[in-house]
Amino acid sequence: MQFSENWLRSLVGTNLDSQALSHALTMAGLEVEDMQPVAAPFTKVVVAKIISVEKHPDADRLQVCSVDVGLAQPIQIVCGAANARAGLIAPCALVGAQLPGIDIKQAKVRGVESFGMMCSSKELGLTAEATGLLELDSLAPVGQDIRQYLDLDDHLLTLKLTPNRSDCLSLTGIARDVAAITGAATCFEEIKSEPSDTADRLNAVVAEQQACPRYCGRLITGVNAQVSTPAWMVKRLERSGLRSINVLVDVTNYVLLALGQPMHAFDSAKLSGDITVRFAQKNESLRLLNEQEVSLKSDDLVIADGSGPIALAGIMGGQSTSVDETSTAVFLESAYFTPTVIAGKARRLGLCTDSSYRFERGVDFANTRLALEYATQLIKQLCGGKAGEVTECLGVLPNRLPVKLRLSRLVSVLGIPFAEEKVAQLLAQLGFTYTLEQSVFTVVPPSYRFDISIEEDLIEEVARLHGYDHIPAQAPVATLSMLEAPEARAHQAVLRNRMVAAGYQELVNYSFVDEAWESDLLANPRPIKLKNPIASNLSVMRSSLWGGLLDSLVYNLNRKQDRAMLFELGASYHYATAQQTSFTETTRIAGLAYGSAKPEQWAAAADDVDFFEIKAHVDALLSDASALLPLSYEKAEHSALHPGQTAQILLDGKAIGWLGKLHPKWQQHYNLTKSTFLFELDVDAILNRRIPAYQDVSKLLPVRRDLAVVVDASMPVSTMMAAIKKAAIPMLMDVALFDIYQGRGVAENKKSLALSVLMHDTQKTLTDSDADSVMANLLQLLQNACNATLRN
Amino acid sequence: MTDLSHLIPQAQSDFAASANMNELEIAKAKYLGKTGLLTDALKGLGKLSNEERPAAGAAINVVKQAVEAALTSRREALLNAEQAKQLAQESIDVSLPARAQSTGGLHPVTLTLQRIEQLFHSIGFEVATGPEIETDFYNFTALNIPEDHPARAMHDTFYIDDANVLRTHTSPVQIRYMENALKTHKTPPLKIIAPGRVYRVDSDATHSPMFHQVEGLWVDEDISFANLKGVVQDFLQKFFERDDLTVRFRPSFFPFTEPSAEMDMSWNGGWLEIGGCGMVHPEVFKHVNIDSEKYRGFAFGLGVERLTMLRYGVNDLRHFFNNDLRFLSQFK
Repeated sequence: MQFSENWLRSLVGTNLDSQALSHALTMAGLEVEDMQPVAAPFTKVVVAKIISVEKHPDADRLQVCSVDVGLAQPIQIVCGAANARAGLIAPCALVGAQLPGIDIKQAKVRGVESFGMMCSSKELGLTAEATGLLELDSLAPVGQDIRQYLDLDDHLLTLKLTPNRSDCLSLTGIARDVAAITGAATCFEEIKSEPSDTADRLNAVVAEQQACPRYCGRLITGVNAQVSTPAWMVKRLERSGLRSINVLVDVTNYVLLALGQPMHAFDSAKLSGDITVRFAQKNESLRLLNEQEVSLKSDDLVIADGSGPIALAGIMGGQSTSVDETSTAVFLESAYFTPTVIAGKARRLGLCTDSSYRFERGVDFANTRLALEYATQLIKQLCGGKAGEVTECLGVLPNRLPVKLRLSRLVSVLGIPFAEEKVAQLLAQLGFTYTLEQSVFTVVPPSYRFDISIEEDLIEEVARLHGYDHIPAQAPVATLSMLEAPEARAHQAVLRNRMVAAGYQELVNYSFVDEAWESDLLANPRPIKLKNPIASNLSVMRSSLWGGLLDSLVYNLNRKQDRAMLFELGASYHYATAQQTSFTETTRIAGLAYGSAKPEQWAAAADDVDFFEIKAHVDALLSDASALLPLSYEKAEHSALHPGQTAQILLDGKAIGWLGKLHPKWQQHYNLTKSTFLFELDVDAILNRRIPAYQDVSKLLPVRRDLAVVVDASMPVSTMMAAIKKAAIPMLMDVALFDIYQGRGVAENKKSLALSVLMHDTQKTLTDSDADSVMANLLQLLQNACNATLRN
Repeated sequence: MTDLSHLIPQAQSDFAASANMNELEIAKAKYLGKTGLLTDALKGLGKLSNEERPAAGAAINVVKQAVEAALTSRREALLNAEQAKQLAQESIDVSLPARAQSTGGLHPVTLTLQRIEQLFHSIGFEVATGPEIETDFYNFTALNIPEDHPARAMHDTFYIDDANVLRTHTSPVQIRYMENALKTHKTPPLKIIAPGRVYRVDSDATHSPMFHQVEGLWVDEDISFANLKGVVQDFLQKFFERDDLTVRFRPSFFPFTEPSAEMDMSWNGGWLEIGGCGMVHPEVFKHVNIDSEKYRGFAFGLGVERLTMLRYGVNDLRHFFNNDLRFLSQFK
């Protein structure tokens, strides 16, 4: 909410300066978001009247003016403004004046003496642009300081009000809070009821009393709406960010700003029959003041006459009954609408009006009639006319129930001591009435405070007025107990650190991605869509982290990087059921490697990364999990990956991730010239780890023998290793592959595997014949299980 | 018997002239080989009389020892020279760069989150998490923000459907944690922080549609607003490693806390907003069946990117999600 500081000061007698006032408001919960002077600082500018104008002898566009600045003699000023003319009243900067950016001196302009400068609004720093001299009212007092005349020693304050403080959506409300905060007194003008001049009266029927507990209206006839709104009112409206429209609308807006009561003026000549406040009926629609045509729903409260809805209650009036300069009679409305009836309606229609904003937060229902009286007075004062009788429909107004505040509770919640007298004083400053019994205050909140209904509300009020700054920062005193530290479960940080150790840089990508990544790259036919994405390429939730990694890769390649190792740890999002009503989120860790495995250097060749290099990184991530459960990499297919270089990763037979080379078609799509590898793992599946358990260390040394066998080229080595593990040949300790050979000497479709075989016995040293028998058993196993033959 | 002592300088000179081990072996043979001069002389001792033999033998031995000493000395010299030559050949430029591995690094937001977790862990806070696709109920209603409440307009919410949103804050984790605590018969004190991603429909130089928050919650029998200020101030001083930082509370409004405050931190002579906080609202306790007469609690929410920017001097929020390696690699 924006308003003029001077207007506020006319309502409350504080002696704080602008800065201090702004600070006090902010520290009491009415945050001053912005404070701007109305005009830049300048001096010695007065209201002046041009007496006569002559052409400059040596310049076509200049005129020599004789100007009355309120001194004994007129002064001579050379002026280039097109609107400079005899009789014009405009600001004049005298010699010695300091304007924004210019100091005014006595000067010769093309040979003619000039003793000052006539000013535009731009030259005074009031507007960014101006087309000529600022034309002032013909009655403006010549010689008066322009700052005084235009009330320029003022600030525009903008409050960022929280939704609970609807009572401060008016100058009266803010003044009341300033008084509460500072202890200063308010000086509100008393609003008297305006007697009726005629018996004219429009009948009103409130069909929905719960939605509209109070409805007041009054006819004013014979008004002259052609008059212009007085400058003082225009100024206050403009300094509150409202444009002057016509005098009738201006008055209703003025009352809104002054008292916080939204008002509406109907052109009574355009009304037919009685006024009804009711919910909209089927198929009704309304053309609003802003030309918007709205179809009404059954929970939209409307003001209707004989012709149907004429206003959306508490939100906006209708086009058909609006007032303009030609109106001669008005029906003024001042009502109290229940917040829950108005709440959300305006937003649903894409509207937010000053009226709906107040009604949905709460308008002072004790003020409804007074506001009407005030508006009547202003209209009669400005436009003449005769006021009719007030129509008032009164239902059950909200009841402000007493709220208890226990001193003991206040002290324990805030953590600081409070004296009873202090609390009593603060409540009195707020204008809250209370009784006090045994250190319990029973407070009846005023009608304008919609936010006081429980003890905490009062605690907050007391704290706010006492000053949050006066509450010390105090360390809690609490019982200490240690947190659990489960050793069998690794922290996510362990995975991150392994990635960093392997050379990967962590990224954070958006959780919403391009739908094409989901449908094409990941072959996800039904990604989770956002109803209101921030951009069309961020419209669905990611089901994998790969899209973001690839996107970041491209971003960095475009910035002259030639290799990258990237990872991210974060959620992926999936529908939990086919009905698409619930969701699961799984935390994933994903990596991407592109280009050479090592940075370009003298000490190593720039070989591109390959499958087995990245597999080592994946193995490192899985080292805890694979110590507990069997891990396998199985040949599989994935829409994003090269069909010959794709592994699905299984832990204890359960799929937990993927590893592979980016499919050449995506390589091409993303314009990637070097090979790209991707992996992704379910984090929750791989964090369990083994708590180490000691086993005897053998004092006897193992025996090593080597073995070369020939098997089918297509047979996965993992199959053979699994068979060896499963067979558990006695005394066989470990078998490792140390070479693979295909080519001369090995039949086509076959490969030769060289194995190192370690054997031991914890009880005795192995003899040659023991070793021979292990080797024989092993060979036999390989022959049976893998169709292997001993290589000659 | 002739005097052989002249052989000593002769042998020394021959040995010295030998340029390598082979030549030295040939030179050695001349004196000490099977037919060497000294060997022959020793053989000639047999022809002498018993009286002459000891003196003659001793004289030869003196010469022989001197020749052998010369030989050993030359042999060592040659070996040393050869070794020196080999070492010289094996010499490298130790100033050359090492065989480089790429070095990875963590995202700056992760660095901040890890610091926050570490600091709160040190006073007994556990880490709690919750879903990012959150129900309307947990994101709003359970936090005392009913439908159509004006406070909903403060959250520019991403919607999945009518019942589900992308969480606009980490506060729903409070509710989920307290609900769960009740189910598992865990009673206060409850102390958690809930770090994570949150979402708002807002994107410009100072707003990102996705960012990170850390929610903090402490529920106990005797916990106060002054304690909230104490904990937040302690955290900020430790996080920034500056004892002179102070925290300022400004009255504010959140439907799920009361009294509520905006938290400002003193920074370079001014104040910077770093989050919101307050005492847990009785309505929130009611939702999770905690007796608000017996227990009180405080809750706070901190902006992680903001803390990161201040800690490391980052001047543009957008850097965090552009993932430019030239930016990220600065945090290694």
